[in-house]
Amino acid sequence: MQKILFSVLGLLMLAQSSVSNAALSIEIIGAGEHQIPVSIVPFGGDEKLGLAISEVVTGDLLRSGLFRLVDPAGKSPHEAAEVHYPDWQVRGTEALAIGTVSAQADGRIVARFRLLDVVKQVELIGQAVSAGDGQIRAVGHRIADLIYEKLTGNQGVFSTRIAYVNRQGKIFSLIVADSDGHNEQIVLKQNEPIMSPSWSPDGSHLAYVSFETGHAAVFVQSLYTHQRKAVADFRGSNSAPAWSPDGKQLAVVLTRDGSSQIYLMRPDGGEIRRITFSGAIDTEPNFSPDGQSMLFTSDRGGSAQVYRMPVAGGAAQRLTFAAGSSYSPRHSPDGKSFVFAHLSGGRFYISLQDFQTGQMEALTEGGWEKKPSFAPNGRLILFASEARGRGILATVSSDGRVKQHMFTQSGDAREPVWGPHL
Amino acid sequence: MKKLVISIVLVNLLAACASQKPHETAAVPAAPAAPVATSAPATAAAVAAKTAVDPLNDPTGILAGRSVYYPFDVSAVQDADKPLVQAHAGYLSKNAARNLRLEGNCDERGSNEYNLALGQRRADGVMKMLELGGAKTGQLNSVSYGEEKPKATGHEESSWSQNRRTDLNYAK
Repeated sequence: MQKILFSVLGLLMLAQSSVSNAALSIEIIGAGEHQIPVSIVPFGGDEKLGLAISEVVTGDLLRSGLFRLVDPAGKSPHEAAEVHYPDWQVRGTEALAIGTVSAQADGRIVARFRLLDVVKQVELIGQAVSAGDGQIRAVGHRIADLIYEKLTGNQGVFSTRIAYVNRQGKIFSLIVADSDGHNEQIVLKQNEPIMSPSWSPDGSHLAYVSFETGHAAVFVQSLYTHQRKAVADFRGSNSAPAWSPDGKQLAVVLTRDGSSQIYLMRPDGGEIRRITFSGAIDTEPNFSPDGQSMLFTSDRGGSAQVYRMPVAGGAAQRLTFAAGSSYSPRHSPDGKSFVFAHLSGGRFYISLQDFQTGQMEALTEGGWEKKPSFAPNGRLILFASEARGRGILATVSSDGRVKQHMFTQSGDAREPVWGPHL
Repeated sequence: MKKLVISIVLVNLLAACASQKPHETAAVPAAPAAPVATSAPATAAAVAAKTAVDPLNDPTGILAGRSVYYPFDVSAVQDADKPLVQAHAGYLSKNAARNLRLEGNCDERGSNEYNLALGQRRADGVMKMLELGGAKTGQLNSVSYGEEKPKATGHEESSWSQNRRTDLNYAK
């Protein structure tokens, strides 16, 4: 197996507006089956910004597993007229990204970027990408998305964000970060546990579980105004918030009437309606992309397994039958499969199951792997893992070929969830 | 196994202290109270009740036990712990002013959300048994910490067995 070690330590020395300056290291293991050879020439203009962009773009493309980076080896064209195609054809590269970047008087960053098809010798993209002061990584992610979309035909997810919980001793922080783990912003920090962050479909709010009132209660918080509200705070435990695809409903798990059961409510806590009636544990609801059905974890059959039921109510159907227990189901964005954490023989695996065939496939080799969620393009799965005795963030491509570990500087990363396209 | 005291316990202000150190907290009020109790006049009932040894504070009594333990993915109180729960039920029924908070915990196997639900079921199971034994619903409160507040943090059975428990935490 090909093993690429890619360290981006120290990248955060570049001007960042993030709250935390935690350095991050990334390891990539494996490679996609068909990798597209691409060359990224560090952008001209402001040299420092140019270098920063090419490092972000390179990192993004490598993590996808779908690209092989070909070294420009001394050549540094910045305009289409400066490109001598045979130079790039002999290197075996198929696409070439060039451009210039500059900071405006108001700090705004403007990058002019071109993607060239080396084989056909034509321009594939010519576009200006801009962002506010200090948002150089956002510019890089946007360019990486454009390259990814052009060359693979799928929507890029490098500009999306992720949420997770960091635990450091007794301190719990709810964090929102770029899809590569950089640019961390602390949404909430406290001495009591935080669990189960869940993105509203428009990316404007997070629902999550906080123990600040002495027990598990569900909160909804705006990421823009930072206003927050306890929307479910009944006796016992209130947990596992999940948004409906239209953002108008929140599924939650409450114990106010006995065992953990699934309820629907408005995101402001109104109009609560119970939808499971098992008397067992029913938890971790997840809406299908069409909003019609719901996956959830239940031990109604004796062990924890994944079930599906219509949101409108009706019989639940058991979906997982492998040895051991299955938890935390999440639909793929196309609704054709679901990913879940499978506990078997003392190890957790991130597994994928096709709805139509019922075929289950382990995407990882097993370990301490929990809480998978799809990137909005369905190509990558983010999950919580463990390495060197610490909780870390990890991704695996949906074909299982490329894995990536993201180490935050300190503490344990838990409960990650990939956010939507903005 | 359960008596193993591990020194690298993650000290949680609420849960761990109460369950881990019943002897220390109980011993302090018990010692000075003892002579007062023996010499207390039989008529001064109120005074006696106040100064008599509270069986809850007897470090050698069954009520000194404040934790119930479980096998993996099980929420029913085990036979070995039933006398303990019944003794607390009896105490609560005789001491209507005392309130008890039940805190369910789990080992880290299972999803965090499933474990939150399992911990709640553990705590609620103890609560139900206490009610059957004479405690009033109003004296009891149950919460779950799932796997969020582990007493022991290792990835092996010696840690897990300590984390699968319900703590009986009396309000001060």
